[in-house]
Amino acid sequence: MANVLAVLEVRNAVLRKGAAELLAAARRIADASGGTVDALICSVGPVSGSDGLGAAGADRVLTAQHAVFANYCPDGMAATVATLTNAYRAVVVAATATGKDLAPRIAARIGAPCAMDVTVVDSRGESIRVVRPVYAGKALQTVDLAGTAVVAVRPGAYAAVPAGKAGTPAVVTVPAFTKRLDVTGIRTSDKAALDVAEARVVISGGRGLGDPKHFALLEELAAAFGGEAAVGASRAVVDAGWAEHGAQVGQTGKTVSPELYIAVGISGAIQHLAGMRTAKVIVAINRDKDAPIFKIADYGIVGDLFEVVPALTAAVRVAKAH
Amino acid sequence: MKIAVCLRRVPDTTAKIVIAGSGTVIDETGVKFVPNPYDEYAIEAALSLKEKAGGGETVVVALGGDAVQETMRTALAMGIDRGVHLHGTPSPDGLENARVLAEHLRGAGYDVMLFGKFAVDDCGQQTGAMVAELLELPCATAVTKLDIAAGRATVEREVEGGIEQAACALPAVFTCDKGLNNPRLPSLKGIMAAKKKPLEVTPVAPGAGSVTVAALALPPERAAGRIVGEGAAAVPALMQLLTTEAKVI
Repeated sequence: MANVLAVLEVRNAVLRKGAAELLAAARRIADASGGTVDALICSVGPVSGSDGLGAAGADRVLTAQHAVFANYCPDGMAATVATLTNAYRAVVVAATATGKDLAPRIAARIGAPCAMDVTVVDSRGESIRVVRPVYAGKALQTVDLAGTAVVAVRPGAYAAVPAGKAGTPAVVTVPAFTKRLDVTGIRTSDKAALDVAEARVVISGGRGLGDPKHFALLEELAAAFGGEAAVGASRAVVDAGWAEHGAQVGQTGKTVSPELYIAVGISGAIQHLAGMRTAKVIVAINRDKDAPIFKIADYGIVGDLFEVVPALTAAVRVAKAH
Repeated sequence: MKIAVCLRRVPDTTAKIVIAGSGTVIDETGVKFVPNPYDEYAIEAALSLKEKAGGGETVVVALGGDAVQETMRTALAMGIDRGVHLHGTPSPDGLENARVLAEHLRGAGYDVMLFGKFAVDDCGQQTGAMVAELLELPCATAVTKLDIAAGRATVEREVEGGIEQAACALPAVFTCDKGLNNPRLPSLKGIMAAKKKPLEVTPVAPGAGSVTVAALALPPERAAGRIVGEGAAAVPALMQLLTTEAKVI
């Protein structure tokens, strides 16, 4: 029986989005062998958003409460998970900045293999089989993990599935641990911008913009989508200082899988394509009809971005108003 | 201050990936290998920390076969003082590699141990944090800011929707993200000096571990797209496709 522990993410006493998706991935492993799924919440006190976890697939909802969990505390979380793992075939986390930080710490503590950024999970006899992008998405690796495995599941890889499980509450004791890293807080960025890795729509700019101030055109297009779009950038413009590194899409930046990716003035270097090729729909706007980006774009417009983008912004505003 | 930088040799990010006949690894024929781009931020951080401290030693540590020495020489050319080549075949199980690295780093007197955020080949993103756990040391991953004063480090790292701030005592392990610094280029003088810098070779044997690579494949090709039209005049047609065919708006 493959029982699975899903370690959920909490910030400011609120469950982070993606918990239901992670539970769907956990159920996929557990259900193949009649196993159970437990969700673990490490927090100071009650966490809003946790009441729907049974419906999303958790047989039990474990809570580990400790004052240290006011901020992310990797040492406390890894120590807590390590006291539980005898009961589980897999520990799953979301492959967010926090999940990717936590997963290898858990793995090292319990002597388990760790698979990062997984897009497919399956139970396979005594192993967990996962598929994960490597070479930043230029190839897909299928890996078998023996024994207990720690798996970080890429956000968006699984959709939430209503499961109607009990979500029985249970309390877990936080063991004694040494707090080696002291997380003091999170400074929210002034722009409060959506992260490119989380946005449903990503609009990225490249050298074709000509000047950093022209990113304003992309910001306007993003705004027309009404809070579900983020602005990304190619490596060339990040290296030139036109955009922040956190916005970079590609092999040395972020890999994104939005529903809609709009590449503006981006020629389509191989390392950029690797970071966005799994988008559901790709639109390219470029004045060079031979640009490589058009080879993987579903829809292309050849033309001057300074004419096309404002026209598209106006059209999206109209469409959204209806 | 004694600083270690753990380095990986990876294919250039511009390399086209071809799967080898075995179906589990890439065909390395004609592929240019470079220092892992994120490790260059670690190298730069080591050099600037030593400069700021006004003394100390920087050591590049790499696990791999003979070819990794060429990559280590790049780090030496950038200014790292010496190298330790852990000569062996890395395991597909990152924990086994972390054990080998931890074994070398343990008790070697390092104040700071630096890694790249991840290696752009297997994108495992785990070695640094695992080494820290094995050594029972503080660890901050994917740092974009690293300040060290009076035996303590303060760091910043990007999380969804903000910048996380943290602090820890030394010795500690940090993995470095883009944005931490701008890595220097090796100077001609540095390249000449690198040839003479000490590079010690120690044989190691990472365990087989619990990970088996069953297959490596190219991602499915995207279906051929189409040019909708030219200029702003094509926008209505594009909107039509996005709303009715693709249904993403």
